[in-house]
This record gives sequence, structure tokens and C-alpha cells, in this order.
Amino acid sequence: MNRKVIFEQMGWFNPATAAVARGEKAVANYDEDTVTMAVAAAMDCLDGLSRDGAGGLYLASTSLPFAQRQNAVIVSEALDFPAGVRTADFTGTLKGGTTALLAALDAAGAEGSGPFLVAASESRVGKPGSSQEHTFGDGAAALLVGRENVIAEFKGSFSVSHDFVDYRRLNEERFEHGWEERWIREEGYGKIIPEAALGLAKKYRLKPGDFARIVIGCPVAALVAGLGKGMGARPEQIQDNLAASAGDTGTALPLMMLVAAIEQSKPGDKILVLSYGNGSDALYFEVTPEIEKRRDRKGISGHLPLRADFTSYGKYLVFRDLIPLEVGIRGEEIAPMAMSVLYREGKSISALVGSRCRTCGTPQYPPQKVCVNPACGAVDDMEPYRFSDKIGKLASYTGDNLAFSLDPPAVYGLVDFKEGGRLFLDITDCQLEKLKVGMPVRMTFRRKYADVRRAIFGYYWKATPA
Amino acid sequence: MAKGIKNEVAIIGMGCTRFGELWNKSGADLIIEAFQEALADANMDKKAIEAVWFSNCFEEINFGKSGIPLPRTLKLPFLPVTRIENFCASGSDGFRNACYAVASGACDIALAIGAEKLKDTGYGGLPDFGTVMGSENRMLFPNVTAPGGFAMTATAYFAKYGLSAEEGKRVLSRISVKSHHNGTLNPKAHLRREITIEQAMKAPIVAWPLGLFDCCGVSDGAACAIICRTDMAKQFRKDPVYVKALQIAATSGEELGYQDWDITHIKTTRQAAERAYKEAGITKPREEISMMEVHDCFSITEFVTYEDLMISPEGKAREDVESGFFDLDGRIPCQPDGGLKCFGHPIGASGLRMIYEMYKQLQGKADKRQINNPRIGLTHNLGGFPSMSVVSLVIVGNTL
Repeated sequence: MNRKVIFEQMGWFNPATAAVARGEKAVANYDEDTVTMAVAAAMDCLDGLSRDGAGGLYLASTSLPFAQRQNAVIVSEALDFPAGVRTADFTGTLKGGTTALLAALDAAGAEGSGPFLVAASESRVGKPGSSQEHTFGDGAAALLVGRENVIAEFKGSFSVSHDFVDYRRLNEERFEHGWEERWIREEGYGKIIPEAALGLAKKYRLKPGDFARIVIGCPVAALVAGLGKGMGARPEQIQDNLAASAGDTGTALPLMMLVAAIEQSKPGDKILVLSYGNGSDALYFEVTPEIEKRRDRKGISGHLPLRADFTSYGKYLVFRDLIPLEVGIRGEEIAPMAMSVLYREGKSISALVGSRCRTCGTPQYPPQKVCVNPACGAVDDMEPYRFSDKIGKLASYTGDNLAFSLDPPAVYGLVDFKEGGRLFLDITDCQLEKLKVGMPVRMTFRRKYADVRRAIFGYYWKATPA
Repeated sequence: MAKGIKNEVAIIGMGCTRFGELWNKSGADLIIEAFQEALADANMDKKAIEAVWFSNCFEEINFGKSGIPLPRTLKLPFLPVTRIENFCASGSDGFRNACYAVASGACDIALAIGAEKLKDTGYGGLPDFGTVMGSENRMLFPNVTAPGGFAMTATAYFAKYGLSAEEGKRVLSRISVKSHHNGTLNPKAHLRREITIEQAMKAPIVAWPLGLFDCCGVSDGAACAIICRTDMAKQFRKDPVYVKALQIAATSGEELGYQDWDITHIKTTRQAAERAYKEAGITKPREEISMMEVHDCFSITEFVTYEDLMISPEGKAREDVESGFFDLDGRIPCQPDGGLKCFGHPIGASGLRMIYEMYKQLQGKADKRQINNPRIGLTHNLGGFPSMSVVSLVIVGNTL
């Protein structure tokens, strides 16, 4: 969304926000949250990789949907990770993304450990009329941390922690409180980030010139150049902080910038990563020749062009649940979700795992006991079969104006997979007019429905044009 | 080899209320009205009824669960009463069960009655399916509505036969225009006004590509049939209507889970039609059937049903629609009473309403919409969605 869309609506109230009403902020779709965005980043990261032997999954965010019910395990299940993994949420601070990464590096670095997936995901809502409403952006990044096939080798870190109360928020609060912005700039970003950077340089006897790229996880674009200069870095070493293209993605920001930096690097390049939030973590990596084998990921450079213009401030308020909405009787009607069914069906709902008949080879969904192939009909001869990473083709679809959707019409259709199997799915991130029978679609993990009265978000997979 | 139902049972009395948004009538009012008409039509006292099948889909809305509400309403004397629920095919499935009871010798006279009071829900259109499809499906399926479920068949049909949205919508509109015309001739129909093709094509989209006039009325209403053994029928009336076939087919699950179905037709209709024609001894349906009431919940449903019933060749229904083959003065009039489209669709009653029209036509009592000398009538009653459906076919005739 172009920030002017916000300023046009709210600038009358806070003219000072003109200073930040430039560039674009990434806005999550109505069916996305930090859990689904973490899954999306992780699916890109894991594309084609086996889940066997995974050691754990760490999720960092200050805007997780659940205060109780671990968010990381929802991501882990959606990715079809085995049950024998360590999962944890890292929350409460904007430097949580790098802290989760350090924790994963520690854990996965241990002899015998499987790889850890680290995801940082953020979708904060700025209060209408605030500068945060303009600057905050939604985004996520995921990194797989392990001992084999390493594309960027972790070389060392240095952390500092300070109870520097720039922004704060209580559990039951939706919007944060801040202290004076000039103080945060000068005493916060301006001193704490350099403290970590200099600490790391001293510890490992490095100079700023040793790094090909320096990720300064400071969301204020105007400060980044000065911080770099203060450390003695040249402008071309400083990684773009995405302020103009995505916005302040909080815990995800330094990891998103790291992903972008790796994409732009060649083997041998050293990358310094600096996060910010109640202190700072400094980490440094060296890119290896393995990077050439992983250039197929969409990453930051692949995802930024997939943008769609978000032109309606009213729609933004609805998507982020900032205004009451007449949803009508169909919107009010929410069938209770049976937790026992969710647990019993497990991966079939969370990871879109169906079954494949061992007798005739037909993939099918949901997993069947009696083979759906009318010429087969074998009983209890199935193996698990994951659809979430397969490309399907749209066999038919509709845009339903009668069904409730926060973004009408509700678009859904039947999806056929080349290897076999047919699923009946919602279709998201699309325009009805651009759909065609036969077009390729991929699977994306989304929030299917929200039942806030019962503290339930129903997650499931949807199709989206591939 | 089963001998089948052909000529085993006869309909000797039927009743049907006016369908519509009957704000001032309760479900009980409708049941009583339809039943009293049928008793008078059969020249019979209610004491003659020996068993009852009561069809109703959304029991939550008005009647409540079980067969009990029906005998309580009609004050029937401790009879066997069974409630039938099979989505929109409930009405004709209740009829099927009543016929089988008579044919088996379990009783001589049975009542099939269907009723639905949809307009006490607060919904325009049918209530959400979220709560009625089971908690597992709620987690898996899109938030599908009836028009959305059927619209996917239109999308697939248009794509398969290369129809542009404009061409496809035009042919579907022709179907709705025809049914609206027939509805104007029927004093019991819910919607009684002519529409034009242009009006239908420009109407607001409900579920792409289906617009408002592609969708049937959502109505209140009740209909019923009294059935007896064929050899008893003439005791009650000189012009009974004989049952020639009763077939019902429910999905095997393969449409929604296996790719050999191309979405452009309804598999259960084809299965039920093959068996029904065999049971009735019909070998050339296009020539032998005089008239039909098919389940036109949406224009696309009626359209593909022409092919599924093997009346129109596959891919050629458009030609028959455009030539007026299914018009009231065409070769096989379809929806002479206005169909679900204009007579309306009180779910549990619809299957029996279709039979009611065939019954009246076969007796020559259809007034302004009377078809010239019909002999065989077919009703097609579909529950669910094209991707998971149950279809009930009834074939009736006026000669043995």
C-alpha cells in the first residue's frame, strides 16, 4: 500500500506524518497473520527439502495470534515437520528474530542435532493517526540452520541487552506506547546498534571494511546511512532496510535484510547483521559456494515484485479489524471448531497431508481408508502423501457473493494435481477476472476463519495462482 | 433379478400449497393445507392412511427433529411415521419409501408428505452450510453456498465447450426466461412474472457466472401424495397415476476426490437415469418422455440435466434450448409449472411438488399450462452439490 493512501485519510489529524507518508508498506491479506506468513517464508525456504530429521523450529514475533497455544508448533505442523522437534516462540522484543536465530545456531550446531528452522514474522497494527500506521509493514523471513550444505557460515556474534524502554505494550493491549522519538533515535538506534557492532568487531578483530554487506536492522531509513558512516562503512556496504518497499517489519526486519543480503552476495562475502530492540544482537556470516545451488528461492527479490496495489484505506481498516463491520447473518454464523477433530486429523488439516493408495498409486484427499479410485477400492492400504508443496491446476472455480468473506466475492474451486488427487479449496491472492480453468495454482497456508469469541483461528490451505 | 416398481403402485391423491414467502403461515399450516387437499382429491378419510414418510431438510428451523411433528400436526392415530432427510432430494425420497412400503405389502395406503418453512431463518437464500455439513468438512471445505457449488459446473462447462461468459450466460438466461413464463400460468407459483434474456444477463452476480435470475426462489411450502396398490387405485378415482420407476443414486465420493469427473455434468443423475429408464422400460427417452420437472435450483443445473438424462446429446443442450425443445409448446416441456426457479424451492416439499405437476398434467388438470396428451412424466430431484450429490428420479404415467 502506498503510504499516501493512509495520509490522504488521516493526514488531517496528524500533519506531521507527512514525513513518513512516502513509499510503500506491505499489508498482509485478510487471511494472513504472523503464523501464516511464517509458513509462507518457510515453504519458500524448504522448497524441495526433506523434513526428516529436523531438529526444531523457532518462531520470533511481537504480533503472534495466540498468547497461549504455541504459535511455533502451528508453523511446525503446517510444514509437516516430525513430532520429535523442539519448538519455541521468541517474543516480547524486536530483536527476537536474531535472538531466535542465535538460539537455533547454538542448538543446531551441537553434534548430532538436526537442522533448525528459524522464522521471524511480524504484522503490527499502528494506531490510526500515528506515524507507525505508515511505517509498520507486514513481513516474514525464514532460515534453515544446520551443519550441512551451508550457504552462509555463521562465524560469530556479540549481544548487548538494555532495558531501553522505547516502545512498550501490555499483553491485553493492541497498540504500543512510545517515548519521544528523538530520544529513541539518538540514545536508542544511535548508540545501542553501534555498541553491538563495535563489540563484535573488537571480539573478532574485524574492521568495517571486512564486510561486503552490513545489515543494520534499523527501520528508520534516514538513520541507516548515518549509522553506517559512524561505524566507518561505505554506503555501498549498507543493506537496504526495506523502508520504502515493505516498511518496518519488526522482528522480521533483520532476517529479511539478511536474506536479501545473501541473495546479493557471492561466495566469500562476509555479512554483518545488527538487530535492534532492548539491546542488539550482532552476528556475522561468510557466504559459501553452496549459495549457487540455492538461488532458485523467491526470497526477498522474488517476493517484492509479487506485490498487488492496496488502494483502499477502508479495506485496510477492515482487514486489520480496526472498524466494526456489518458482516450480516452469514458472517456471524461460525460453526464451532472441534479441537478433538483437529488433533485427530492432525497433519491432514494442518499440513495438507492426504494419502496415496499403495495398490493403485492414486493420491487422495482427505486421507482415505477406502481408495477413492472406483476401479481399485483397496481398503487400509494407504501411505501419507503431502499436497502442500505440489502444483495443481484449477479445474473449475466461482466467485461467490452470497458466501461470507472479508474480501468478497469468496473465490473457491476444484484443484487437480498432476500426480493425481483433487481438492476443493478457497483461492486467495487473486482477482476473479484473471482466473482461468486449467491455470496452475500452488498451495498457501492461511487463516480460514476467525472465531474470536472462542479464541479460535482456523488455519488451512488455500490455492493461489502459481 | 428384481422386478422393480413399474406399475406396482399408483398415486390416488395429491396436494400442494402455494409456494412463496408465506410470512403469515406456519409450517403446520402448510402441512395441513397440502394434506387436506390430497384427502379431498383422493376422496378419502385420513383414517385410511396406514404409514407416513415426512420429508424435511432444515428441521432446525421450524418443525424440529424426528417424524413426530407431522402426526402431532395432523393428529394421526399412532401411525408409523418416518422422517426423511436427504438434502434437496428429501421429497422424492420420501415418496420412494412410501411406494416401496405399499409395494412390499407392508401397507395398502401410504402418505408421503414434504414441507419446509425456509422464510423463518432470517437468511436470504439458504442458511449457511457451515453447521450442517459436519465439523470436519467445516475445517476442510471453502465456505461454499448452493449457488457457488453449482456455479463451478457452469465455469467448467463453458471452458470445456468454448463458450464465452456472454454466450454461456445467454443460453442459461433462455432457460430462466422459459421457466418464468411458465410460472406466470401457475397460480400456486412463488414468482409470477415474465423476464427477458437481457434482464437475466444483466442481473447482479450471485456466484460467478450465475446471476440472480439463474437462481431459484427460496420458499415456504408443502406437498404430499397418497399412494396405494395399483389394483386398488380405481376404487378411489378413475384417473390414477402409475409409478413407472423410482431410482436414487448417491455419490461414491469420487467426484470430489478423483479426477475422472470433468465437472460439466452430474454423475448421480446419469446413474439414476440409466436405472430408471431400465426400470420403466424406456429405451429412447428423447422420444418416449412427454414432459419433465427437473431440479433447476440453478439454470446451469437444468441445462446439464438435459444431457445427463440423455434427452440432449452430450455438449448439445444449447441447441435444444435455443430451438425451444423444452418450452411449454416444445417437444418435451420442462418445468411446466415454473420449476424450482419460479414455483419455488421449499426443500423437503420440492420433489413432491414436481410429482404433483406431473400428476395434474397426466390427468389433464393443468389449466392454462396443460400439455397436449402427455403419457409419461419424469421428475429429477437433486440434493447436495454437483461434486457430491444425491439424485432421485421418479417416472410416472397415466396408463398401465
